[in-house]
Amino acid sequence: MIRVILPGHLRALARVTAEVQLDVKGPVTQRSVLDALEAQYPMLRGTIRDHVTQERRPFLRFFACEEDYSLEPPDTPLPDAVASGKEPLLIIGAIAGG
Amino acid sequence: MSGVRVLVGTRKGAFVLTSDGKRERWGVSGPHFAGWEMYHVKGSRVDPHRLYASQCSGWFGQIIQRSDDGGKTWTQPGTPPGERTTPEGMPKGESNKFVYDTSAQTGKPLTTHQWYDGTQHPWEFKRVWHLEPSPTDPDTVYAGVEDAGLFRSTDGGQNWQELAGLRGHGTGPKWQPGAGGLCLHTIILDPKDPGRIYIAISAAGAFRTDDAGKTWRPINKGLHSQYIPDPNAEIGHCVHHVAMHSSRPNVLFMQKHWDVMRSDNAGDSWQEVSGNLPTDFGFVIDVHAHEPETIYVVPIKSDGEHFPLDGKLRVYRSRTGGNEWEALTKGLPQNDCYVNVLRDAMAVDSLDKCGVYFGTTGGQVYASANAGDSWTPIVRDLPAVLSVEVQTLP
Repeated sequence: MIRVILPGHLRALARVTAEVQLDVKGPVTQRSVLDALEAQYPMLRGTIRDHVTQERRPFLRFFACEEDYSLEPPDTPLPDAVASGKEPLLIIGAIAGG
Repeated sequence: MSGVRVLVGTRKGAFVLTSDGKRERWGVSGPHFAGWEMYHVKGSRVDPHRLYASQCSGWFGQIIQRSDDGGKTWTQPGTPPGERTTPEGMPKGESNKFVYDTSAQTGKPLTTHQWYDGTQHPWEFKRVWHLEPSPTDPDTVYAGVEDAGLFRSTDGGQNWQELAGLRGHGTGPKWQPGAGGLCLHTIILDPKDPGRIYIAISAAGAFRTDDAGKTWRPINKGLHSQYIPDPNAEIGHCVHHVAMHSSRPNVLFMQKHWDVMRSDNAGDSWQEVSGNLPTDFGFVIDVHAHEPETIYVVPIKSDGEHFPLDGKLRVYRSRTGGNEWEALTKGLPQNDCYVNVLRDAMAVDSLDKCGVYFGTTGGQVYASANAGDSWTPIVRDLPAVLSVEVQTLP
């Protein structure tokens, strides 16, 4: 299972209290993980990626295994530790604002 | 006994304030959607249990919420808890999806507007400023959005379609954002003519359709604005808010950036009615529930100083449809008050003695149970108030 940690506001929106676990078919990439996340929690559609362009919203970042994957192409495989469920993919709200 | 429900949108959540018809003791629930900007919350006139709310965030975008029990519980339309998806795994509705119409069938609306520096800039959806439920169907609701456009849902907020004729009629490249963005903030549905809708945009002006949104025309004759190259231009005026009494849908009252205006011919022409106001800059304007010539504004010092003149929070009331104004101060702070009252943050109830309500950027929501003669704060310390709407309950 793939583990994803959401920002607090998105946890509230999805009505979950902890990390979510997803069953992802095929290669584990940003795109496949987000597709699975939005299928399981459709209320999150549009909150992480734009509805139409599917681009990451500008104030969100994707971290995993102490690295920033935000600028990687969406079909780049995520680290093996994420694919195996050892490490989570973290979706982080940028610090900008207040 | 009848009651009142006040729906308050703030920078950090929504609040529901309730009272019986005396309007003396209030219950407060919230924050709903804590931490989110709640631009607007409004109830259906035909089903007072049905509320719509605009929830948004610079990080996570736009969310539409709906309540079917008067604000006790909320869901995103089409994706109720426990029924998240269709058997194919797709959401039942796309309540958060606002996509501008670019189809040839609807006239390929123009895709750029004027930017702050005068260059052309692409239309980009940012948020919903105002939700206006239909007066006849609880499942039909209109949304005014930034960048300015008008959307409609006919399935209770599950899916939204743009009424593209507004952006398609040709003046879009002259629309420019005000300080708050290029927002469509006012939607007035004519209670007597289902084909007629008024909208207003900062900074473009007011517009009217007479065919339920297919075609639109600007209605800005008589407006005068020094901040555009031609002060009398058809397009470019920063209209802050427009109000109408339901018994007289051809009479409109407008708080422009500067100037309070009225029209007696459905917006075909306007005349200034600022009269003896100490300053005619402001954001809100509203009409007494039972006296169509009694109107309210909250004068703000200037476009550069968004707070009351001399630190005195004063509502001004005209019983003559403008020009002659009286200051209403009883119960309002008369020194060291430097809050603002934003464009959607005033509303009235329809009880026998009309109640008037407004919220401030300082987090106070003031109520008057006697048409403005005296005021009491219902709450004092909410986050900055973005909008106030009122439901008069049976």
